[in-house]
Amino acid sequence: MPRLKVSLLTGRTIDQGKGKEMGKLSKEYLESVVICQMDPNDMKSLGVKENTNVKVITDFGSVVLKAMKSARTPHPKVVFIPYGPWANVIMNPRTHGTGMPSFKGIPGEIEPAPNEKVLSLQNLLKQFRKEN
Amino acid sequence: MTVITGVTCPVCGTFCDDIELVVKDNVITDVRNACAMGAAKFLNYATHRGLKPLVRKNGELVEASIDEAVKKAAEILADASYPILYGWSSTSCEATRVGLELAEEVGGVIDNTSTVCHGPSILSIHDVGISSCTLGQLRHRADLVFYWASNPWDAHPRHIERYTMFSEGRFQKSTWRSYVSRLRGFMSRKRLQRAANLVLRRDIFAAPEVKRRIPYSMFQKKRKMVVVDVRKTRTAEAADYFIQVEPNKDYELLQAFRRLIRDGELDVDEVAGVPVEILEEVADVMVGCELGVLFFGVGLTMSEGKLRNIDAALSLTRDLNLRTKFLIMPMRGHYNVTGANVVFTWQTGYPYAVDFSQGYPRYNPGETSVVDILNRDEADAGLIIASDPVAHFPRKAAQNLVKNPLIAIDPEITPTTLMADVVFPSTFVGIETEGTAYRMDHVPLPLKKIVEPPKTCLPDAEILQRILHKIRKLRRNVN
Repeated sequence: MPRLKVSLLTGRTIDQGKGKEMGKLSKEYLESVVICQMDPNDMKSLGVKENTNVKVITDFGSVVLKAMKSARTPHPKVVFIPYGPWANVIMNPRTHGTGMPSFKGIPGEIEPAPNEKVLSLQNLLKQFRKEN
Repeated sequence: MTVITGVTCPVCGTFCDDIELVVKDNVITDVRNACAMGAAKFLNYATHRGLKPLVRKNGELVEASIDEAVKKAAEILADASYPILYGWSSTSCEATRVGLELAEEVGGVIDNTSTVCHGPSILSIHDVGISSCTLGQLRHRADLVFYWASNPWDAHPRHIERYTMFSEGRFQKSTWRSYVSRLRGFMSRKRLQRAANLVLRRDIFAAPEVKRRIPYSMFQKKRKMVVVDVRKTRTAEAADYFIQVEPNKDYELLQAFRRLIRDGELDVDEVAGVPVEILEEVADVMVGCELGVLFFGVGLTMSEGKLRNIDAALSLTRDLNLRTKFLIMPMRGHYNVTGANVVFTWQTGYPYAVDFSQGYPRYNPGETSVVDILNRDEADAGLIIASDPVAHFPRKAAQNLVKNPLIAIDPEITPTTLMADVVFPSTFVGIETEGTAYRMDHVPLPLKKIVEPPKTCLPDAEILQRILHKIRKLRRNVN
């Protein structure tokens, strides 16, 4: 499976902002945050088509997201993921003594994952569920 | 049907105060003047809301009376030795004031969302100081606007329209018309290119001309906007000039500007992926402006360098003031995150990450900040209000948060309320409850009550007050 080393950014998009106001359980929110925006040339080199699943891996975890073509290019080897529970699975919790985890510029890898599914919010939260 | 004018929008830090709402039978039916986020909130706030207090029994959240939920929450906090009280940025200053009293009573750590937003900016402001102003000044006077590592088009959609480029100031005119004509020109050029590609059967985009110089419009005597970011955003498209910096290299670029505006020279060809000739020209524009402003976003605080990036940005502004007038302002995210900092400061002396475990307020971000406490797994209970850390903290911190007893006060159903042990559905501040909030430039504005809340939902401040009374009562009985 081809793998690509990338720099991961998380941030606000207007769709995510709108989705969160419509409700964290809404379809709009889900659709706005389970994506990652990639450079079309990176997608070509990985053999990934728009709207297909990719796995994003960092030292802190991995998550399956839908690949989307970035509207404004080029940004080779930079992958943008909207803020949300899916993005935070793979973010760096270390704060370097500042109180602030690193949410941008995280080194990671990305690979096609045509056979893996994007987790629903409930299934994602199950991974956090306390054992009681 | 009534139209309510002058409504403040409880969504982002821009905190627009010109919203008009059409209300019919206690329901908001139409929203005027708001952005997509504001309209989505006013029209859909009630879609995914909780109505009854919930308490976890045998692993399931079940409905409970408000008194039962208050008792359970009070017991959790009274029994805890190091609870964290987190959130506060999307509620009123009045609720935050009660929250601080509660934190002192239980000897916990109280922290607001600036800890994962502009916390490093606050640390740098302690070190360097800040030359800032209100947004009204900028609307009328700023002729050079920098958005650094910030994307207001998506995160603060009306910021450009209300306070900078597209606002009609007394001394600075709106650049809306020139933006529209530039956009039209861009679209027709794109169409022509596409047609040419089809006719000539080759991609004329293939070898784009490398532009080394900044555009002529940057030297015109009018309002100008420069965007510095790691990727091209919609804000960058609206700018007169866009500087694409390599990820995690903002510090180098800011320091390079500091050198250039002091008439220094750089012995390299490029800094952070930007040719030095371009930096020299942009530095000339900075020095030549009448009143410049640098708005910076969390792109600086969340990437490598964190508070040191802000140090450099604040120092650049200070240096620029030797040559011209320049100001700087953080682009605050939530509508009342500034208010949370203000109330924390006037009550405890510190803006966030305040630890009451010793009986007096102590402040040491990196140690007393909530993500660090959770990473070290030191907390033994949590109270989350108007925030969703389960969705927005790194996984390790979120896992350590939910393994302890958790109380959530939130009008909406969120991942945090789904994982909590006690859930209080509160009223929406700014829609169902009055209050006060601070805009990103520290201007306090009132939040209005538009519609009546459901009878089972109480305001945040009242829920906190009840928990506080219950804890005091429990402690009196024990003693």
